Amino acid sequence: MKKTLLVRLTCILFLATLARAQSANELRFCLKSDPKTLNPLLVTDDSSETIRYLTGGVLLRVNRLTQEAEPELATSWKVSPDGKTISFKLRSGIFFSDGTSFSAEDVAYTMQQLMDPSLHSPTGDAFRSGEGKVITTVTSPDRLSITFPAPVAGLDKLFDQVAIMSAKSPQKEKAVLGPYYVADWKAGAYLLLQRNPNYWRQDSSGRKLPYIDSVRLDIQQNRDTEMLRFMRGEIHLINSVDPESFDKLAAQNPGMVHDAGVSLDAEFMWFNQVAKSPLPDYKKEWFRSTNFRRAISEAINRDDLVRIAFRGHAHPGVGPISPANKFWFNSDLKPHPFDPKSAMQRLQQDGFKLQNGKLYDRGGHSVEFSIITNSGNSYRERMATMIQQDLGEIGVTVNVVLLDFPSLIERITSTFNYEACLLGLLNNELDPDSQMNVWLSSSDTHQWNPSQKTPETAWETEIDKLVRTEASTLDPKKRKQLFDKVQQIAWEQEPFIYLVNRNALSAVSGQLQSVHPAVVRPQVYWNIDELSFRPEVASAK
Amino acid sequence: MVIWKHAARIVATILLGGLIGATLLRLAPGFGADEEQLDPRLSHASILARSQNQTNDNVTVFYFHHLRRIAGGDLGMSRAFERPVSELLRERFPETMKSVCLGLLLGWAAALAMTVSVVMVRSWALDLCTSIFSGVLLCIPAALLALLFVLTRAPARLVLALIIFPKVFRYARGLLARSASMPHVLMARAKGLGQIRILLWHVLPPAAPQLLALAGVSVSIALTAAIPVEALCDLPGIGQLAWKAALGRDLYLLVNLTMIVTTVTLLANTAADILGQPFKVSHA
Amino acid sequence: MIWARNLALSFLVVTAVAGLFAGSLTSGYAHQFRDLPSASPSRQHPLGTDDLGRDRWARILYGTRVSLFLAPAAALLSSLFAGLIGGIAGFAGGWTARVVIAIVDLFLSLPWLLLLITVRALMPLNVSPVTSVLITFVLLGCLGWAAAARVVYADTRSLSQSDFALLARASGAGGFRLLWRHVLPNLRPILFAQFWISVPVFILTEANLGILGLGVAEPLPSWGSLLRELESYSSLTAEPWRLLPLVLLIAVVSCFQIVLHKEELPV
Repeated sequence: MKKTLLVRLTCILFLATLARAQSANELRFCLKSDPKTLNPLLVTDDSSETIRYLTGGVLLRVNRLTQEAEPELATSWKVSPDGKTISFKLRSGIFFSDGTSFSAEDVAYTMQQLMDPSLHSPTGDAFRSGEGKVITTVTSPDRLSITFPAPVAGLDKLFDQVAIMSAKSPQKEKAVLGPYYVADWKAGAYLLLQRNPNYWRQDSSGRKLPYIDSVRLDIQQNRDTEMLRFMRGEIHLINSVDPESFDKLAAQNPGMVHDAGVSLDAEFMWFNQVAKSPLPDYKKEWFRSTNFRRAISEAINRDDLVRIAFRGHAHPGVGPISPANKFWFNSDLKPHPFDPKSAMQRLQQDGFKLQNGKLYDRGGHSVEFSIITNSGNSYRERMATMIQQDLGEIGVTVNVVLLDFPSLIERITSTFNYEACLLGLLNNELDPDSQMNVWLSSSDTHQWNPSQKTPETAWETEIDKLVRTEASTLDPKKRKQLFDKVQQIAWEQEPFIYLVNRNALSAVSGQLQSVHPAVVRPQVYWNIDELSFRPEVASAK
Repeated sequence: MVIWKHAARIVATILLGGLIGATLLRLAPGFGADEEQLDPRLSHASILARSQNQTNDNVTVFYFHHLRRIAGGDLGMSRAFERPVSELLRERFPETMKSVCLGLLLGWAAALAMTVSVVMVRSWALDLCTSIFSGVLLCIPAALLALLFVLTRAPARLVLALIIFPKVFRYARGLLARSASMPHVLMARAKGLGQIRILLWHVLPPAAPQLLALAGVSVSIALTAAIPVEALCDLPGIGQLAWKAALGRDLYLLVNLTMIVTTVTLLANTAADILGQPFKVSHA
Repeated sequence: MIWARNLALSFLVVTAVAGLFAGSLTSGYAHQFRDLPSASPSRQHPLGTDDLGRDRWARILYGTRVSLFLAPAAALLSSLFAGLIGGIAGFAGGWTARVVIAIVDLFLSLPWLLLLITVRALMPLNVSPVTSVLITFVLLGCLGWAAAARVVYADTRSLSQSDFALLARASGAGGFRLLWRHVLPNLRPILFAQFWISVPVFILTEANLGILGLGVAEPLPSWGSLLRELESYSSLTAEPWRLLPLVLLIAVVSCFQIVLHKEELPV
C-alpha cells in the first residue's frame, strides 16, 4: 500500500516537474532591428509586426496553413449582404495582461483609434472603402457591429491585422490580449516577452497556453551572424532564410530546414512610363510599347534566374498573384516563355533592327537603358546582372545601377528620373484588395505611371474598372472572376515584368515541436502558442 | 587666454560642422523619401502626410531653431528610430566610447610595442615581417574581420583595435625610424647609453609632437571605423546610428551626431596640439 | 634586402602586365557560364567560377586593371593633398595654420557619405563603368587626405623649427626653397605611410561604395568587388580559392612596401 502510494506520488511529482520544465523554457530568435513602435495600430516595419503578432489579440486569425479565417476573441461573425457591416459575437470572461476586463467597448475603442484619419495607419487605410465615418454599435458587452461607409471586400480577414487595445487600462497599448507581453526591452540589444498570465487559450486537455514561457528577440541585423548563432544553437529559428544559407544548413542537417514552397513574395521589374519624366522621347516611346515590354520579358530566362540566383528555391513569376495564393491565383496563366526569337520578332514589328550585335530603334538610337535596384540585396544584384547578359543577346545594352533605398524611392516616386527599376514585393495579404492601389491608375503606388488624372491607356482604363468593381463586390466567386481578368491584362501588357516568386525558406531547431512552416508570414511561429520544446530538451533545461 | 581661444575655435567649428552636416543631408537625394511610401495599403492622404514629415524649412532657419532647442535640452526626434535623439544618444554613446577607448588602447599598445621593437632591435627581417603583418590587416575587409571574430566568439569590440593598429604602426614606424637615425641618437649610442634611456630621452621626444598629433587623429580614425564595425557586428553604438541616419536621411539624428563627432575630434586634436607644445624645442 | 626588393618589383610588374594583357590571357570577365555556377577549379576555369558562372581567373586579372592602377593613383593624390595642405599650414603658421587646421578637423568629422550619395545623383544613370570607377577613385583621393594632413602639419611645424631649417634660413634660403628643398623631403616617412595605407583602404572602400551606386558597375570587376564575396560565412567556408583576391591584394601591398622601403633604420 505504502509502495503504491509512493509510486503514485513519484509519478505525479515527475509529471508536474516535466510540465514545469516544459513550460519553463525560452524561445530565442532574431529581429533585424528595434521595433519602431509598440502601438499595434501604427505598425509599418517587420520588427513591430512581429511584436504585434506575438502580443496582440485579434478578433479572428487567418490560419497561415489553410489560409482560412478562424475564431479568436470573436467566437463568430457575420458580414451583412451589402458588405458594409460586420457583426461580432465575442468571448466572455477574458482579461488583458494587466487584469483589465475585455469587452465590446475595447473593440469599439480600437476601431475608433484605427480609423482616425490623422493616424495614417496602413492597417486603418486598408479598411477605408469610401468617404464617411465608420460607426461602431455596441449592443452588449459581448456583441457589437461595425458599419463602414461603403462595402469592404474581404472585410473579415482584414481583422487579422487589428490587435485589440484596452479602452480602460492605464497601461495603454502595453496591456495586451495575445500569448505574450513585452516584459523588457534593451534598445539595440533584445526584447523579452513573457507569457501573458491572462491569455484565454487552452489546449485540448485544458492546459493554459502558450507552452513556452518566454520569447527572447535579439536585435541582429547581420544575417551571417544570425545563421552562425542558429548553427550553434543560440537561437531556435530563422523565420526567413536566404537560399545560400538554406543549402548550407540542409547539407549539415536536412531536418533543420524547411522549404514550404512558393511564397506570396514577388520580384519584378518595370519600365518608367511617366510622360513628364526627364527621359528622351524615344526612350519613352520604347517603354510605352507593349511589344517592347513583351520582347524584353521573353528575352529574360526566368528558369536561369530561379536556378542560379535563387539556387532553385523560387518559381518563375507569372503575374501579380503568386501561385501560393490558392484561391486568387489565375491558374490559366503560365510564366512567359524564354524565347529570344519571338522577342526579336516583336521588336522588329516596332521597327527595331539588329546591326553588328546591337539593337537600334527606327530613329537610329541604340537601345540602351539602365536598371536601378536597391543595394544590399545580393539576389536582386544577381538578377540584374543576369538580365544584363540575357538582354545583351538581343543587342540591348543594360547598365545595372545600385542605389541606396531613399535615392531609389525619390527617383521612382518623385523625380521619375529612371528608366527601369527592379524591386520586389513582400506580400503578406492574400486578398488582392491589399494591392488595389498598385492597379488603380490614379494611385500614388501605380509604380510605372502613378497619379494619373485619367488613365492614359485603354488597358489601364479597363483595369481601373475591373478593380473598382471587384472591390465593391462581395461574392467571392464574382470577385475571383473579375480579378482573374485583371491578372490576364497584366500578363498581356506587362507593366510589371514578373520575374520570380521566391520560396518560403526557414530554419527551425530540432528542439522545437509542433512546427508547421507556412508560406504566409510569420512562416514558422504563426502558431506560437502551440510551439513547445521536446520533453528531453525541456527537462534538460 | 590661450584656453579661451581654443574653446572659441572649437565652439565655432562645431557649430559650422553641424550646419554643413545639415546642408549635406538636405541636398542629398532621397531626403524626405520613405520606404513606407511604397506600401500599397496607404491612402493618398497618408502618403502625403508621411512625405511632408520632414521639415521643409530652409537649412539655416532649421539649424537656428535646432540650436535653440538644443539649448533647452531637446535634441529633436529621430525619424529612423521614432524616438527622441537624446534617449538614443544616452543609450548608445557609452557603447561606442567603450569600443573606441578599447580599440585605441589596444591598437596603440600593439603599434607602439611593435614600432619600438623594430626601431631598437634594428633588424630588417623584423621590420619587414611587422610591415607585412600590418599590411595584411589593412587588406582584410572589416566585414571579414567581424565575421572571423563572430566565428571565434571573440569580443567584437576588438575589431576596432585591428583596424587602428596598422595605421598607427605605419605612421609611428616612420616617425620613430627617422628620429632614431638622427645624429644625436648615434652619439648617445656611441657613448654607451642604455637602450631604454636612448628610447625615452632621445628617440621619443623629437617625434612626440607628431605622435601626439597622430594620437589625436587616431580618435577620428576610430570613430570613423566604428561606423561599419558597429553596423556589421550589431553593436548598439552611435556608429550604427550614424550609418542609419545617413542612409535614412534622418536630419535631427545626423546633425546631432555630426556635432558630437566634431566635438570629440576637435577636443582630441586640440589636446594633442597643447600637449605637443613643450616638445617644440631644438631636437639636439 | 636587394633580392627582396627585386623580387617584389618583379611580382608587381608581372601582375601589372597580366592585368594589361588580361584580354589575351582569358576569355573575358563578363560571360556567365550558366551551366557551371560556383564551379570548382578546372582546366577551363583555373580558379573556378563565381555564383553566376563567370570565370574567376579572368575577373581577377581584369580587376587588376582597376585596382592596381587606380588605387595607387588615388593614394598618390591623397598623399599629395596631405603633404601640400599640412605642409603649407605647418610652414606658414599663425592665422593661416589655424584656419587650415580647423578646416582639416572639420573635414575629419563631416558625414562624407552624403556627398558621395549626391555625386552619384548628379551622374547620369547610363554612365560607363569605367567612368564611374574613375570618379570614385578621384573622390577617394580628394577625401582621404585629412588624417595624414594633421600629422604632416605637426611634423612640418617641428621641422621648420629644427636646427637644419634655422641653418638654411641663416644661409639665405627663402620660404619656397626652404619648404621644397628642406622640409618636404623630410616628410617622406609620413607621406609614404599615407600612400601605403591608402592603397588597400581605397581598394576596399571602392567596393563598399557600391552600395551607393559608385565604384565598379556590373559586370566590370575590381579586387574590392571580388573581396566582397568573402563577406558571407557560407562562401568563406566552402571554397578556399575564393581567398585568392585577398592573397593577391596582400601580396601587392607587401610588394609596394618592400619596393618603397628605405633603409631608415640605423645599423
